[in-house]
Amino acid sequence: MAVEVRIPTILRKHTGGSKAVTAEGDTVRDLLGDLDRRYPGIAGQLFNEDGSLHRFVNVYVNDEDVRFLGALDAKLDDGDVVAILPAVAGG
Amino acid sequence: MLAIDRDQHGALVAHARAEYHNEACALLAGRDDAVERVYPLPNAEASPTFYVVEPRAQLRAMTEMDDLGLDLVGIFHSHVATEAYPSRTDVELAAYPDAAYLILSLADRDVPVLRAFRIRDGQVEEEPVQVAGRHPTPSRRP
Repeated sequence: MAVEVRIPTILRKHTGGSKAVTAEGDTVRDLLGDLDRRYPGIAGQLFNEDGSLHRFVNVYVNDEDVRFLGALDAKLDDGDVVAILPAVAGG
Repeated sequence: MLAIDRDQHGALVAHARAEYHNEACALLAGRDDAVERVYPLPNAEASPTFYVVEPRAQLRAMTEMDDLGLDLVGIFHSHVATEAYPSRTDVELAAYPDAAYLILSLADRDVPVLRAFRIRDGQVEEEPVQVAGRHPTPSRRP
């Protein structure tokens, strides 16, 4: 499943500056794993040590927050667009 | 230097006061450090000491900015009881090095204090904020 992934500014150092890249996977977990194979180091910015999605990273499939779609188990179809955004957060 | 007009400044103060006792948050879109549009957004944490812009509202606002050809020039939040300076949490979670971080202190609710900072790689640097009318105010006759 080839999916377009939109990369936020803060992660573009891993993608050679590309704003959007293509990766493959049937689920968000597989997709982000494939993304890390293509752009090593990017996963360290996205996941906790236990493999769950970092609390302050938002991942969207077609504009919906994946936390409402089954999180990393969210299914993907050809032509889906995945976006990664750092949360806007503080104290 | 970040330039915002009086109406935008007023909108931020009003948003912060409306959300008081919790922290309020907003995104500022513009060009070349001049704010053109303010997006007051929900704080998903609804907390007096913490804020997270509600993720779907964040994406909608950022997508609209892209569509309008605007950049994210500022990230705003309020401090309800402390000074207008980035907290340790603000520094740890700052993920937008190209945006100015604006903090409005309501420690004195009658005298809100707005300051702005760049937060990059854990370093905080203050950035001046210019609050001005979009059009010159007509001068009074003597």
